Amino acid sequence: MSDKPAHNVAFVRETTLPPSPPPVAETGAIKWMRENLFSSAFNSIMTILGVLAVYQILSLALPWLLNGVWNASSIRDCREILDGATGGCFAVLTERWHQLVFGRYPQDSYWRPTLAFLLMFAAFAPVLFSNLPKKMLIFTGLYPFIAYYLVWGGSVLVPILSLVGFAVGYVVYTRLVDRSFATGFFGGVAAAIAVWYIGGFIINEDSTFLALEQVESRDIGGFMLNLILGVVCLSVSLPLGIVLALGRQSRMPIIKWICVVFIEFIRGVPLITLLFVANVVLAYFLPPGTNFDLILRVMIMITMFAAAYIAEVIRGGLAALPRGQYEAGDSLGLDYSQSMRLIILPQALKISIPGIVNVAVGLFKDTTLVSVISMFDLVGMVRGPILASTDWNGVYWELFGFAALLFFVFCYGISQYSQWLERQLQTDHR
Amino acid sequence: MKKSMLLGALTVAGLAAGAASASTLEDVKARGELNCGVNTGLVGFAAPDANNNWQGFDIDICRAVAAAVLGDPDAVKYVPLTGKTRFTALAAGEIDMLSRNTTWTFSRDVDLKFEFVGVNYYDGQGFIAPRELGVTSAKDLDGATVCIQTGTTTELNLADFFRSNSISYEPVPIETNAEALQQLLAGACDVYTTDASGLAASRATFENPGDWVILPEIISKEPLGPLVRHGDNDWGDIVRWTLNALVAAEELGVTSANVAELSNGTDNPEVNRLLGTEGGLGEMLGLDADWAANALAVTGNYGEIFERHIGENTPIGLARGLNAQWTEGGLLYAPPFR
Repeated sequence: MSDKPAHNVAFVRETTLPPSPPPVAETGAIKWMRENLFSSAFNSIMTILGVLAVYQILSLALPWLLNGVWNASSIRDCREILDGATGGCFAVLTERWHQLVFGRYPQDSYWRPTLAFLLMFAAFAPVLFSNLPKKMLIFTGLYPFIAYYLVWGGSVLVPILSLVGFAVGYVVYTRLVDRSFATGFFGGVAAAIAVWYIGGFIINEDSTFLALEQVESRDIGGFMLNLILGVVCLSVSLPLGIVLALGRQSRMPIIKWICVVFIEFIRGVPLITLLFVANVVLAYFLPPGTNFDLILRVMIMITMFAAAYIAEVIRGGLAALPRGQYEAGDSLGLDYSQSMRLIILPQALKISIPGIVNVAVGLFKDTTLVSVISMFDLVGMVRGPILASTDWNGVYWELFGFAALLFFVFCYGISQYSQWLERQLQTDHR
Repeated sequence: MKKSMLLGALTVAGLAAGAASASTLEDVKARGELNCGVNTGLVGFAAPDANNNWQGFDIDICRAVAAAVLGDPDAVKYVPLTGKTRFTALAAGEIDMLSRNTTWTFSRDVDLKFEFVGVNYYDGQGFIAPRELGVTSAKDLDGATVCIQTGTTTELNLADFFRSNSISYEPVPIETNAEALQQLLAGACDVYTTDASGLAASRATFENPGDWVILPEIISKEPLGPLVRHGDNDWGDIVRWTLNALVAAEELGVTSANVAELSNGTDNPEVNRLLGTEGGLGEMLGLDADWAANALAVTGNYGEIFERHIGENTPIGLARGLNAQWTEGGLLYAPPFR
């Protein structure tokens, strides 16, 4: 170009053109919509249908939510206030929220389960988050006794005695475990039972030493009951499930068969049947007047049920490990418990996390089944007393919506934690 | 080892069971509390209020018995029971009496080994249907879908009724009354059948009660009453005569307002025997002389209980109907106190 004479050139642009804006259809929101919502005829139709569906739902739900009545004394009041307009009768929640959350727990003692609930986070934190100081585990160990004392009340001596029993059992176990695991284990159990037996004579049952007002199991209800059942049964069934899974793989035939029969039997029976057994059938065998606590019976049944499922989930994790891992443990000269503790279980449990969480969430929701055996958990409280009161008979959506919301918050929390945990434990290079 | 321990424990438990069931009255007095089985929730008949105090027509029977036996209407432990758990709880001794709108039938009385001590509400099974369905009689219901509570006598009555009229129906089994109403309102079933008292109570809670008709047919007799276990007739007598006292008091004009005054003695010997100033009836039951007066002071007579919980001035609005005194064309007829 430069060898051409300059005067031949009619026009030379000396500055670059300012960039013109891209066509309207290729920028911003319009582009995004074209690409994501209207990229083809089929997608366009689906988009329009989707928008219509969302509009339909919102046009029904929003007035109902926003126009809701929060202050009324009965459903008839609500209808009068609304006067034909759409709106939820949330007044039932204002008046009865304490029954939904605490059941028939004494009203002046609500601080006790609330405190136990808050302390639960402190107790679980070191178990759930490994980067916290290990000393916090001491509190985790004490928590079950504190929580029992807070929720059920009674003399402080009872939980202290059971704590002392566990402590003595543990000390005996650590002394004897060097000789053999079996000696340590049974020695520990025997020592604990001895402490409880002797302590039972020393402590008068009606002792009022530092006593909180005793609350009967029958009065514990509402969402609190679901939480107690869910938390206790899960915490107990997880170790039990691990033991059952290992037992099922054991080379000792008796242990293996006990575990197989237990797992297969419990898995083959619906949970509701087990609950009926706990509630109804056991009552025939116990002498009248004996009070084998109903919540305890239900806890045992739910724990067994969950343990059987968790055992199978963990067995899946164990089966997924290559045989080389077991052989690696053997070749290092580790004994059975060492190789399990240090090599096999950490990997197997990591694989099992999604399955375990699945069982956990399912189990937590299954605790509402206790309403069928006339316990007043969250659903039992809604279906029984509240819907049967002359004031609130006929309010369904508001109450069950509230129940669903509470459960969603907790189940979503569990699932988010498990995903976080999986990312934390991720060691492969995917 | 564990298995033999369990068996041993069960044996001991069985022996203790035989030894402990001496007398329900003594048990109740020793415990200081009456264990009363009630409904987990039935409008007007039993439901806890916002402060967890149980209230209702059936509840007042428990309170009256507790007042008669222990002198304290609040010394009651209410054991809420579903239709499926109520009989096992009573048979196993978990409760002393069941006051849970339970129909008195032959097989329950004889085969299940219970003792119905009387009737506190004469009910019958009816049908409710939307007005727009256009039926005027239950016999028009050929091919209808019917919501029905499982585990109740209503289920059996329904089958009997349709069979004897040779028409067909499709049952929609449901667990609770609340569930049934929701199904009915949502149109999942054409009609809902349960005790007529329940239908009236439920219709009162509907948004437009006028859109619903209760069909004229009453297809069953449902005498609802409290019951106790077979085998302890003394205890059965106490519950029976407490109920009779409530009914007799209405006939004799004894109310919660005037019972204290009448307890000082009146010119009517039957009132005096009822309230314990004459005759020593309480002693025969093994109770204090003023047992009936205690009960009446708390709950009032049968009419007062009825009006307070399910009568025409409540949202439920039931008329006395069959449950009026025999002098007023009803079926309530207490045997004489002498």
